[in-house]
Amino acid sequence: MNTLMPPNEETNRTARRPEFPPSQHQAADAPLAPAAPAKSSTPAFSTRNLAVYFGKHQVLKSVSLDIKAHAVTAIIGPSGCGKSTFLRSLNRMHELIPEARMDGEIRLFGQDIYSREVEPVIVRRRVGMVFQKSNPFPTMTILENVTVGLRLNGIRSRTVLNERAERALHMVALWDEVKDRLNAPAVSLSGGQQQRLCIARAIVVQPEVLLMDEPASALDPIATSKIEELILDLKNNFTIVIVTHNMQQAARISDFTAFFYLGHLVEFDRTAKIFTNPAQKQTEDYVTGRFG
Amino acid sequence: MPTPTATQKSVDRANPAPHLGEFHFGDRAFKWFTLSMATSVFLLIVLIGVKLASGSTLSIQKFGWGFLTSSTWDPGHGVYGALPFIYGTVVSSAIALFIAVPLSITTAVFLTELAPLWLRQPLTIFIELLAAIPSVILGMWGFYVLCPWLQAHLCPWLKSSLGFIPFFQGPIAPRNLLAAGVIIAIMIIPIITSVSREILRSVPGLQREAAYALGATRWEVTRIAVLNYARKGIIGAVILGLGRALGETMAVTMVIGNDPKIPKALFASADTLASVVANQFGGADNELYQHALLEIGLVLLGVTIIVNSLAQLLLKFTNPGLKPQH
Amino acid sequence: MDAANHSLRKFTSGLMQAVTCGCALLVIAPLAFVFYHLLKQGVGSLNWNFFTKLPAVPGESGGGMANAIVGTLELLLLASLIGVPIGVFGGVYLSEYGSSRLNRWIRFAADVLNGVPSIIWGMVVWVLVVKPMHTQSALAGGIVLGLMMIPLIMRTSEEVLLLVPNGYREAAAALGISQWRTIVQIIMRTALKGIVTGVLLALARIAGETAPLIFTTPGNTFWNHSLTDPINSLPYQIFYYSTLPYDDQVRQAWAGALVLLLLVTAINVSVRVLTRDRR
Repeated sequence: MNTLMPPNEETNRTARRPEFPPSQHQAADAPLAPAAPAKSSTPAFSTRNLAVYFGKHQVLKSVSLDIKAHAVTAIIGPSGCGKSTFLRSLNRMHELIPEARMDGEIRLFGQDIYSREVEPVIVRRRVGMVFQKSNPFPTMTILENVTVGLRLNGIRSRTVLNERAERALHMVALWDEVKDRLNAPAVSLSGGQQQRLCIARAIVVQPEVLLMDEPASALDPIATSKIEELILDLKNNFTIVIVTHNMQQAARISDFTAFFYLGHLVEFDRTAKIFTNPAQKQTEDYVTGRFG
Repeated sequence: MPTPTATQKSVDRANPAPHLGEFHFGDRAFKWFTLSMATSVFLLIVLIGVKLASGSTLSIQKFGWGFLTSSTWDPGHGVYGALPFIYGTVVSSAIALFIAVPLSITTAVFLTELAPLWLRQPLTIFIELLAAIPSVILGMWGFYVLCPWLQAHLCPWLKSSLGFIPFFQGPIAPRNLLAAGVIIAIMIIPIITSVSREILRSVPGLQREAAYALGATRWEVTRIAVLNYARKGIIGAVILGLGRALGETMAVTMVIGNDPKIPKALFASADTLASVVANQFGGADNELYQHALLEIGLVLLGVTIIVNSLAQLLLKFTNPGLKPQH
Repeated sequence: MDAANHSLRKFTSGLMQAVTCGCALLVIAPLAFVFYHLLKQGVGSLNWNFFTKLPAVPGESGGGMANAIVGTLELLLLASLIGVPIGVFGGVYLSEYGSSRLNRWIRFAADVLNGVPSIIWGMVVWVLVVKPMHTQSALAGGIVLGLMMIPLIMRTSEEVLLLVPNGYREAAAALGISQWRTIVQIIMRTALKGIVTGVLLALARIAGETAPLIFTTPGNTFWNHSLTDPINSLPYQIFYYSTLPYDDQVRQAWAGALVLLLLVTAINVSVRVLTRDRR
């Protein structure tokens, strides 16, 4: 399987305007030193011959690709093609399933996240995740949900927590809607609001990459478009990898697209190319709706 | 099992009435039969209430509400008051809960969240076997093994370290309230554990994943995503355990010392509502005595029904798909 | 966030795992102790006499628990005659028929009954059967144990019957088979293993019950020859002997307890084995 890398080009990105203070992640003695994503040429994620097995069944077959930093990469493909598994291997979430096993290499900004000294817990603090169905903690208020990651990380100061929560809620365009009821239970929000809350919860800890597993599939069209706008905004600060079964969505919001089929990475290129002039016939068949 | 043949079917269509009639009768009869079997539960509840009430009329008439507040239990003079046993029941159940609740919940957490997979099934089986030990066997074991040990080791230790509290003072009886509390704890731990386990297992995986995705450690995931979520159900499990504790009879009567007075301390002999009936019924030689004991049964029945109903309500509220526990 | 925070979190997680593990082991410790003591004290007295002789007069050595063991088996049989039909067919009603409203009340009532202490069952049947008959009897014992089985079996039967896929019912209906036949010959037969395990579990439960027997059939030193006479039973004999001040009787009580515990454990374990095949 050839390594498919996106052509190294300068898209017309505006200069990265950091809205958060620089990441404060691990201390120097932890094996995974903080990697400030300064160089735009270091891929956010770089996988080589990634294979994932559930028991005897091989779900992902030798996937090699580079995910560009500060871009939105979409993962598309029919059901069962392994796209969710791929996403979850990026933050070692697939390890929650007992029979899961992986082979190959994954590097986060150049660092091997599966090396022996690296604990999954650490990886997950650097890589955030948003799920298909919103899952705020029902016994916590809106504010508590947003700040739970910070509090786990040891930040106790009320002012800091409130400040960062407010900024995160602004980023997800939820602040105006909830600023008067931050102490209301999180489950009192609508489905779309809950999902934006979950995104705020994920980004408030300043992850280097944000993984999204079909974040809008359970939402109505209006809420979906709000999420899509949000993703385009977040692109400036985070690298985003989004799995979606909605091809139009991928075409709308992503810079790069990877097409998976039956566990193989079939094609990976700029979104425009995938959708207008794909190199592989399978890709063309899928994006034109001939199957899947 | 004769399936309708082609000719039978055509006969049906030609003349459906007799066949339909036959089916109709069989179905209706069977339905009413099973209905009567099922509604027997209502009959049983009414039966229990009515029979207990009718069997305790003498005592109810004679003592009225004073039965519940009087602490004199003197069969020799025909004076009966249930307060010592209400006290004994409350205190022994409180001791049992104090011991059992932390142990049960942590064990349930261990079983569902933290234990290595190969350990879970065997441990679960052991806990279920513990639940299956008959009360009389635990009582005998308590009588010959637990009580001597308590008398020789735990009670003196408690007395020396907590002796400034009146509750922990006084002579140490060989069979006492503390022993009853401990033995009840052993008996209710399995049910609190298994119900809590069901509750914890029913927490949606998505909740756990949300916590994991934030980089939470295993314990943090348990704390934030699971225990918090399952709060109400666990309280229901505890109340269910309390309901069991209130009605424990044989093991209690063998280790509590059977003294129908309000115990002055933890180390004194006492009696509970259930144990006094078990202990004294064989010797109840006059009607008033029997009626008084039955009235105690009535009190016990009322209390257990209320507590158990409360537990069921809490459990059904939080988890409608929960399997019945018994 | 820093290394100290991470180390603390990691340590706490490990600590909690150890603490909860310790609690779990502490919880099953009594099981080990009980088995140990029963074996230690009781095994020595399990001899031919124990299984074949009638109880001796307290204070005299010798004798056995033959009638207690047989008595328990007889009581279980009597109880089953009452408990199994009512419980199973009641469970059938709950799973196959009924409005959800009525069924909810029935289930609630069954759960309430399951929570009634066994001693109260004993008192009720004493008033209901023993007093009118002016004698304690095997019949009363069988009745009280049988009544206790009803709500237990009803709930377990309902549970397993509900597990039978609806497809069977639909297929039978499409073939024109009457409903009652469908239930009896297809549904119940499919769920038979589950129903049997439910009955076995209920039997294991009531085999160890003593309190109800105190009121209805408190032992008998001789063989029982009539339903209207009291019958001896293992739990009662254990209870009686264990409180006597005679060594020989106490030894036999241990042996009896061992036999009872082995019986109950054997039933529970075999139920596990049966249900494991299903999973």
